[in-house]
Amino acid sequence: MSIRLEEAPAAVANRRKLARPELLAPGGNLEKLKMAVHYGADAVYIGGPQYSLRSNADNFTLDEMREAVQFAEGYGAKVFVAANIYAHNEDLAGIADYMRELEAVGIAAIIAADPIIIDTAMKVAPKLEVHLSTQQSTLNWEAVRYWKEEGLPRVVLAREASMKDIMEIKQKVDVEIEAFVHGAMCSSFSGRCVLSNHLTDRDSNRGGCSQSCRWKYDLYQSASDESGQLLAEGVPLFADEEESFTMGSKDLCMIEHIPQIIDAGIDSLKIEGRMKSMHYAATVVYAYRQAIDAYLADPEQYELKPEWLEEIHKAANRPLNEGFFFQVPGAKEHIYEEEDKQAPFDFAGIVLEYDAATGMAVIEQRNYFKPGTELEVFSPDGVRFRQTVEEICDEEGNPLDAARHPLQKLRLKMEGPVKPMDMLRKKFMLKKSRK
Amino acid sequence: MALRTSPELLATARSIEEIKQVAQAGADAVIVGESRFGVRLSGEITADELGDAIAAAREHGIRIYVAVNHVFANDQLPELKEYIQLLKQLRPDALVFGDPAVLMICRDLGYEPVFHWNPEMTSTNYATAQYWGARGAKRVVLARELNLEEITEVTEHAGMEVQVQVHGMTTLYHSGRNLIQSYMHYQGTEASDEIQGKEHGFYLVEQERKDLRFPIYEDRDGTHIMSAEDICLLEVLDELLTAPIHSLKMEGLLMSTEAHAAAVRSYREALDAWTSDPDNYEPNPVWLERIQHYQDPHRELTYGFLFKEQVY
Repeated sequence: MSIRLEEAPAAVANRRKLARPELLAPGGNLEKLKMAVHYGADAVYIGGPQYSLRSNADNFTLDEMREAVQFAEGYGAKVFVAANIYAHNEDLAGIADYMRELEAVGIAAIIAADPIIIDTAMKVAPKLEVHLSTQQSTLNWEAVRYWKEEGLPRVVLAREASMKDIMEIKQKVDVEIEAFVHGAMCSSFSGRCVLSNHLTDRDSNRGGCSQSCRWKYDLYQSASDESGQLLAEGVPLFADEEESFTMGSKDLCMIEHIPQIIDAGIDSLKIEGRMKSMHYAATVVYAYRQAIDAYLADPEQYELKPEWLEEIHKAANRPLNEGFFFQVPGAKEHIYEEEDKQAPFDFAGIVLEYDAATGMAVIEQRNYFKPGTELEVFSPDGVRFRQTVEEICDEEGNPLDAARHPLQKLRLKMEGPVKPMDMLRKKFMLKKSRK
Repeated sequence: MALRTSPELLATARSIEEIKQVAQAGADAVIVGESRFGVRLSGEITADELGDAIAAAREHGIRIYVAVNHVFANDQLPELKEYIQLLKQLRPDALVFGDPAVLMICRDLGYEPVFHWNPEMTSTNYATAQYWGARGAKRVVLARELNLEEITEVTEHAGMEVQVQVHGMTTLYHSGRNLIQSYMHYQGTEASDEIQGKEHGFYLVEQERKDLRFPIYEDRDGTHIMSAEDICLLEVLDELLTAPIHSLKMEGLLMSTEAHAAAVRSYREALDAWTSDPDNYEPNPVWLERIQHYQDPHRELTYGFLFKEQVY
């Protein structure tokens, strides 16, 4: 069937041409980085030995960074380094050398908040891109314009930016915009919280955050007597059996709004969670990868598949919300009840080798399982199949009553074909009951 | 022993009346603002009143700085631009900023004021101060979480004026959310905008630290949680001033004008005593007694982070 010529321009205009945004994932350590890339991340951000806000994370050495860059290159992916502390005097001396080292090992960009780190990187490591960290809490286009003029190709906006704010910034300033789409969030403006410093002497802006915002507090109101004299005791604004006040936020999840996010022109969709498990990183990356690719392939026919959302929920350890994208978060975006820290699914093992002829796989154990456990085989192509474990053998072929040793190599008969880096996951037996 | 130059004694002022009071009590400079542009101000001096406020400061022979230190959102930019135009006409002695949007707008308007760089918690080293110095800042307002050694090092290297808070409460947490309202909604209470404002006396008690009361309030900028203790460096001014600090700030947020002015008077007397004989500074008990007379018994006076080490 031929189209009449005069109809063609409209038909072309209707087919929106969308820029392909980057999916940016956390790489908590080398292994997590590899999984994030294998499961579909276009870029991964990691922490180095210094200057990163996760001082407790399993941060990368320079050698590991080199390996990470090589691995990522194999997939056409990039590696960024978070250098997002606010430096104190004692941190200054090493910045220049560190930036040169990052450039030398092939890191594509640093994510920085402190202008002295930004400025130093641009001076001494010109091949290293500098992305403005969300820790700067940048929320308006004039500030974005400032950073662009300073030479930064990308700005990670404050988590307080709404979809409307983002669209206006994209319209006014020609700069890449990176926005968090998934994961835990500070309930404060990032970088504008020193609760941890004051309550525990731990410096939040240098990676020492003790998450004091997620502790329990009681809310009171001061009261005066009839003569206006302030009473010694305030009035509690909670009943005995009531949940306490906290500042803790639910985690961000924007997978249901991928079309809007891409249409808004957001250049990089960022997943939070360098401290989260490998299972979490792979699962969340997989779900967003599917959604982004499906939308780009056919914007008009795009529909959110329930299974993507199911995947997200398999790894989620907190209730989810949409942050500031559509409205200022309120009561239902906060966590007042006991936090359910346990994700419903857990990582049981990873496939190292598979022999199609025998159907036998070599598995590296990551969590307890035994004959009778139902396992789900999860891959970058989704859930391959489920099977009930029959016999578990060690490497020498001796049968075992259970897989109980972390990192032990096991032989397992698979009911369908699998590939190296496929994950085996299992349901938690004991789901913690919620109040 | 040669006399040393006395540092500036800078006090917040919530009103034109308070500008006069703290000037009479001995402040060398005041910081004022209005809540559309300045964050966590002790009171509101609107754009309409600003001319009179500047005149009042001039009349008392003190300097006046205007706080333009929000984290600004797009929709605030047009009124910010108008406000900066007004400041350009009124010419206060300095603009206090944290968001680089302020620099951009001033540049576009061809206005080159004296800038004081104050992002609150994140001004923590001398090199970043120098960075903003190269972009027009004449002063760095240091984070309250620095110790004396760090402050001293900044004064040695920054090559610009250094301001340190010596008295009053500090900010622990600033959220863009309405956390008190949210909690009340969660409890099923109809919380309205009536709970907005810092005068309602809300405070938090952490369940493992029952003796500390952290003031919390909501306003147009979200929710603020403040320190449970007040900084008071009166007794250790001589130690603090071993570093050539240019300005000592007194915070009057959530204090009465009486209490604030009394504290300013004490610091004035202390500074005068120190200036005339820095080597033999001996705090007069009267200074502290005057402050304690007004002090909320639940709020301890402390040296803040001056002698602390933090870990991370």
